Parts: sequence; structure tokens; C-alpha cells
Amino acid sequence: MFDPRVVRRDFPILEREVHGKRLVYLDNAATSQKPRAVIDAVADYYRRSNANVHRGLHQLAAEATEQYEAAREKVRAFIHAPDASGVIFTRNATEAINLVAYSWARKNLKEGDAILLTVAEHHSNLVPWQLVAQETGARLRYIRLTEDGRLDLSELDRLLEGVRLVSVAHASNVLGTVHPVETLARAAHAAGAKILVDAAQSAPHMPLDVQALDCDFLAFSGHKMLGPMGIGVLWARPEILEAMDPFLGGGEMIGVVGLESSTWREIPWKFEAGTPNVAGAIGLAAAIDYLERLGMENVRRHEEELITYAYRRLEEVPGIELYGPRDGRAGLIAFNLEGIHPHDVSQVLDQEGVAVRAGHHCCQPLMRELGVAATVRASFYIYNDRDDADVLVDALQKTREFFGRVAL
Amino acid sequence: MSLSDLYQEVILDHYRAPRNRGRLPDATVSLNAENPLCGDELRLDLDVQGDRIANILFEGRGCSISLASASMMTELVKGGTLSAAREAIARFKAMLRSGEEDEALGDATALVGVSKFPVRVKCATLAWTALEQALDELSADRAR
Ligand SMILES: Cc1ncc(COP(=O)(O)O)c(C=O)c1O
Repeated sequence: MFDPRVVRRDFPILEREVHGKRLVYLDNAATSQKPRAVIDAVADYYRRSNANVHRGLHQLAAEATEQYEAAREKVRAFIHAPDASGVIFTRNATEAINLVAYSWARKNLKEGDAILLTVAEHHSNLVPWQLVAQETGARLRYIRLTEDGRLDLSELDRLLEGVRLVSVAHASNVLGTVHPVETLARAAHAAGAKILVDAAQSAPHMPLDVQALDCDFLAFSGHKMLGPMGIGVLWARPEILEAMDPFLGGGEMIGVVGLESSTWREIPWKFEAGTPNVAGAIGLAAAIDYLERLGMENVRRHEEELITYAYRRLEEVPGIELYGPRDGRAGLIAFNLEGIHPHDVSQVLDQEGVAVRAGHHCCQPLMRELGVAATVRASFYIYNDRDDADVLVDALQKTREFFGRVAL
Repeated sequence: MSLSDLYQEVILDHYRAPRNRGRLPDATVSLNAENPLCGDELRLDLDVQGDRIANILFEGRGCSISLASASMMTELVKGGTLSAAREAIARFKAMLRSGEEDEALGDATALVGVSKFPVRVKCATLAWTALEQALDELSADRAR
């Protein structure tokens, strides 16, 4: 097991202070901080090997191409995919989901078909399907939640009737629930549907195995897992990709270009039009190296222990409401302090050096489901420890004292 | 920058005991405003007699800054003329831009500290922007 205080030393930003206090960064679900190894990998690429990929015969172009493709292989191994041809680099999870929406769903869905989502989805895994539905006439259907915030699968069979695609988050960015993706994949396939897993909140935090999950598509962002911003991944079964039309057209993705029409390169390049984010891919590979040195099992265990501790400590704060189930959660927790708006809470926390997010977390339908306008969310990662949870709880007590003068 | 720059006592007082809170059944003009970024919602009801705001009430949910600001705004413009209300709106926005106190704004002067917290400016201006829209609707109605 690793020591988060030792891990912390690898992250230059965590040395800084905020309002004269030690930075306690608890906004990891929005984006993670970057270790020196990632920052250096990106800088080294620009210092030593920068060139366009797949386009030059000179030494630098060869090095850049080799590193870019090595990053793809690293991603393949990280998610235990059988073949790197299914690994497509995108800008982020959002673009990965949109790629499937444009190139697969628009082609394969028609009026009367259904797409099954959950009410807990991030806008990224909601709005693209609304657009598909508007264009194809397909309908959207939703898995609702149980009292404690888990997916209510009691009517799954009925919900799956006529469904061509199930698209769900692996872990909820608000409730912290880890959804039973294997179960959903089995049911989806039995109903003749494909399944997309939005792994934006799971890829950074737990071991991922697309073969064990048995999903058809998997999307995640590099920036939430120690990598740079602007690099993300779509993994899809190669045979599905083969049958799909390109997403964007341009250089890099073509075979022979004529004046009237062109042929496409083989997958995955067919889906990577234009100059890709090479530095981003190399940075993501360095992030994966870093995570694998810690071990993803250990990362998960660390967060499970920490969130269990944080949950218990947070429960001590009078007037707090915690959302989502107590057990089996990912390393994040959304809450509200009675009578104090999340913005006011996060403002006081910020003065204490504690960075959390306040708002709807890109989950407006879920907020409505919970009956709140917004929540505060604390999300933990490998460099956070119990001290950080204690600082959070102390700062929340201060918040209550500060606004306590307000007779609420 | 400290918390007390932002949350001056008079702001917390308005938050604790908002003035002019409620609904006007026979409002001349009503307006719903929201800040989708944070889910804040505000409703304004105005009773306008001639060129005077005879009464103004608000209801809403939001953070201390947005609710205190609404309370202060209603207090300032109630009983005044429409043009005075427009001037107050302009002065309030100018104060948040410049960061310089404007005593003409009454209690709302205390919101000057918000100018140092850019992400909270939207909270403070919600009620004032809503009032501006309400006044625009009113003059559009009257022009018809
Ligand atoms: C569950 C979930 N899905 C998708 C996304 C979108 O990620 P990105 O903005 O990096 O595309 C996020 C990030 O906030 C998320 O939490």
C-alpha cells in the first residue's frame, strides 16, 4: 500500500498555499492534479521529439509516432482490451461519447428504437443522446434510483424492450455509486442492445477490464486520472468500429483521397482526423505508468478506506445531509449543510484552503431527483489522506459557526 | 481578501431577515429569473402606479449573497420612480465593476466586496438584472 503523504510530494501544485493555508484539494472529480512525471513527459516531448505523427520520414516524426502509438498500447493494457485497434484518442470523455452518438447511433437507430440511460447521468452522457433522439426519432428511457441512490433495476427487463443502446456511468460523479455494469451489460446484450460505459469517474479510481465488463464502448478523460487536459479515450469493439462511418473527416484518417470520394484508413486511425494531441497522449501514458506503479487495486482500496472515514467524520457535522449510499461508494461525496447554500459553504471552505465543488455538477436532472438546486461535493484521490478529511470537517464546522449567527 | 470583506454584517442581516419577501397577487409585472449555473431562482412582483414602484416583493432560493442582494434592492427601489430604479441598477453594476463603494445604494453598498470575488458577481447581480428585465417588460407593455 502506498503512503498518500509520499505521493503528495510528486505533485508540485500541492505545495502551494491558498489564502495562507495549505491547499487541500478535494475537487478531483472535476479534474485531478498532475505529478511531476506527467508534467515532465509532456515537456520532454516538446523539448526533444516534437513532430507531426504518421506524416514524416525524419527521425523526429518517427519518434513522435512511436511514442504516440506506445501510448495507445499503454491505454489498451490499462483497460485490458484485447487489441489496440479499438483504442481511439479523443479530447475527453464527452467527445468519445459524441463520437458514438454521431458515427454509430445516428446510423443505427430509427424511430421507435429506445436508448436507456439513468437519471444520474452527467450532461455529457445525456445531451448527445437527446440530440440523437431528436434526429432519429428514437426515445430516451431512464433507469430511476432507489431511496438510497442506487439504480433501481427491478423493472430492467421491461425498460429494455426495444432498446438498442444502454449508456450508463460506471461511477456517479454525484452519488458516488458504482453501478453494476456487468449486470447491465448482460441484460443489454440479452435484449439485443449495445452498452456504452462512461468511465470518466471509474478509470482514474479502480481497475478497469473491458472484457470482464463485457461492454461495447467505454469512454474516459485523461485529465481526471493525472493526465493532461485535452486527451481522452474511446474504446470500442473493433468489429463495431469497422462497421462505423468516420466521425470527422480530414487528414490522418484517409486512405486514398479522390476528388469525389475517398477511402478510409484502418481503425483506429479512421476515427482520428487531423493532427492529434500527441503530447496529451504521451502525458496520459505517463499518468498510467504512475497509477500502475501504485497499483489500481491499491488506489481503489485507499479511496475506499478514505471515503469510509470521511463519511463517518462528515456524519458528525450537525445539519449535514449526505447523498448516495453509505457503502460501496467511489471516493467522492456530495452533501448539503442545512440552511446554507453550497456556494456559501464552498466560499468559506476556500478561505480555509479547501477546494471543493459547489453546484449541480453537470447533473441537473439528478439534482431535481434529489430535490435540491445544488450540492457541495468533496472528491478524494491518491494524494489525499485522513488529515484532509479532518480539515474539511473542521472547515464545515467553521462554516456553520459563521452562518450560525444567521438564525436559520 | 477575507471572508468578512465579502460577508459584511449588514449582508448577513438581510439574509437572516429579508425585507419585502413574498408574492403580490395583483402585480403589475412579475418576473422569474434564474442562474442556471448554480440553480438560483428569483421571482419579483412589482406593483407600479404611474411612474412609481408602489410595492415590490421577491421570493427565491439562492445563496446568501443573491438573497441579501434581492432584499437590499427591493428596499432601495420601493416607493421610488422607475427612472430612479434604472439609475440604481446602473450604479450597482458600476460598483461591482469598479470595486468602489457607492453610498447612494444604501445597504447594497455593502456588496462592494463581491467585486473581489468574480465568481460571485452573478449571484449579487441576479436581482438587479431581474428588476431591469421587469422594467423592460413594463415599458414594452405600455408601448403596446
Ligand atoms: C460521469 C462523468 N461523465 C462525463 C464527464 C465529462 O468529462 P469531460 O468533461 O472530461 O469530457 C464527467 C466529468 O465531469 C463525469 O464526471
